[in-house]
Amino acid sequence: MIEIGLGHYLTLGAIIFFLGVIGIFLNRKNVIVILMSVELILLSVNINLISFSIFSGDLLGQIFTMLILTVAAAEAAIGLAIIVIFYRNKGSIRVEDIHEMKG
Amino acid sequence: MLAHAIFFYFFSILAIFSALMVITSRSTVNSVFFLILDFISVGCLFIMVGAEFLGMILLIVYVGAVAVLFLFVVMMLNVAQQKQSWFVGQKSTHIPSGLIVSVLILLELLVVVGGWKYKENIMSSSNLVIDKSITNTHSIGSVMYTDYILYFQLSGVILLLSMVGAIILTYRKRENVKTQSYLKQISRDKASAVMLKDVESNKGVKIDD
Repeated sequence: MIEIGLGHYLTLGAIIFFLGVIGIFLNRKNVIVILMSVELILLSVNINLISFSIFSGDLLGQIFTMLILTVAAAEAAIGLAIIVIFYRNKGSIRVEDIHEMKG
Repeated sequence: MLAHAIFFYFFSILAIFSALMVITSRSTVNSVFFLILDFISVGCLFIMVGAEFLGMILLIVYVGAVAVLFLFVVMMLNVAQQKQSWFVGQKSTHIPSGLIVSVLILLELLVVVGGWKYKENIMSSSNLVIDKSITNTHSIGSVMYTDYILYFQLSGVILLLSMVGAIILTYRKRENVKTQSYLKQISRDKASAVMLKDVESNKGVKIDD
């Protein structure tokens, strides 16, 4: 318990990933929470990459984490823009109101 | 070593708790606040484990930009007052399958973590060994702008694309608003814009007719 190793960080990443996936499925509120769950998933991926990078003494994982941060920021910007125009057209962003594609 | 363990458990329990609150809290504004708390806890974990630069970047980029963007959109769209929790209203038909899939993913990840073993010669597979004598920022910078400059510039292109996309998506033309017409401005020529008139003394000139 006292010795914190790679497994602890990987477990933390797994739990946060799980919470992100469950947030996508269980969400009954609005689409913004789905975007936040996607952010949680990307964060858990970052935790995994950084812990592997540190514990194996390799810098490559941290560089890829930078790229994932970039992609996450771009994804949040585009997703929020889509949500804004959806709200402008439909007047609601609740999940059950979005059924144009009958998913 | 004890301090490391104490801080690890503190920050990771905080991160897991706030991630749970992100997906379960009733109002969306609270979700965004807990998302910020989650980012800060994980950023502290990064700093603690030795990736200071990325921890700080996480604080600046995520908390300073992305989470504030979320907050801004939530407040702009007026969904904060929506009294809609999970179980009120129409039940979704894919909650059971979603739960099963999520639990299976967690189990798979835990099995992988539990059965993981350190390979003996894993260090020889890469030449990017972390140098303990220089700072984390220094070592990332010395690699990122030389060997990985292509990825760095590609991420810049991705950011540019997302900026253009967001502007194009949310742009709308409004009626009855005075704006510049660039085409009209640059297509004027001397013949249509300049006119010479003889002005007689004491009479003045009528410009618009």
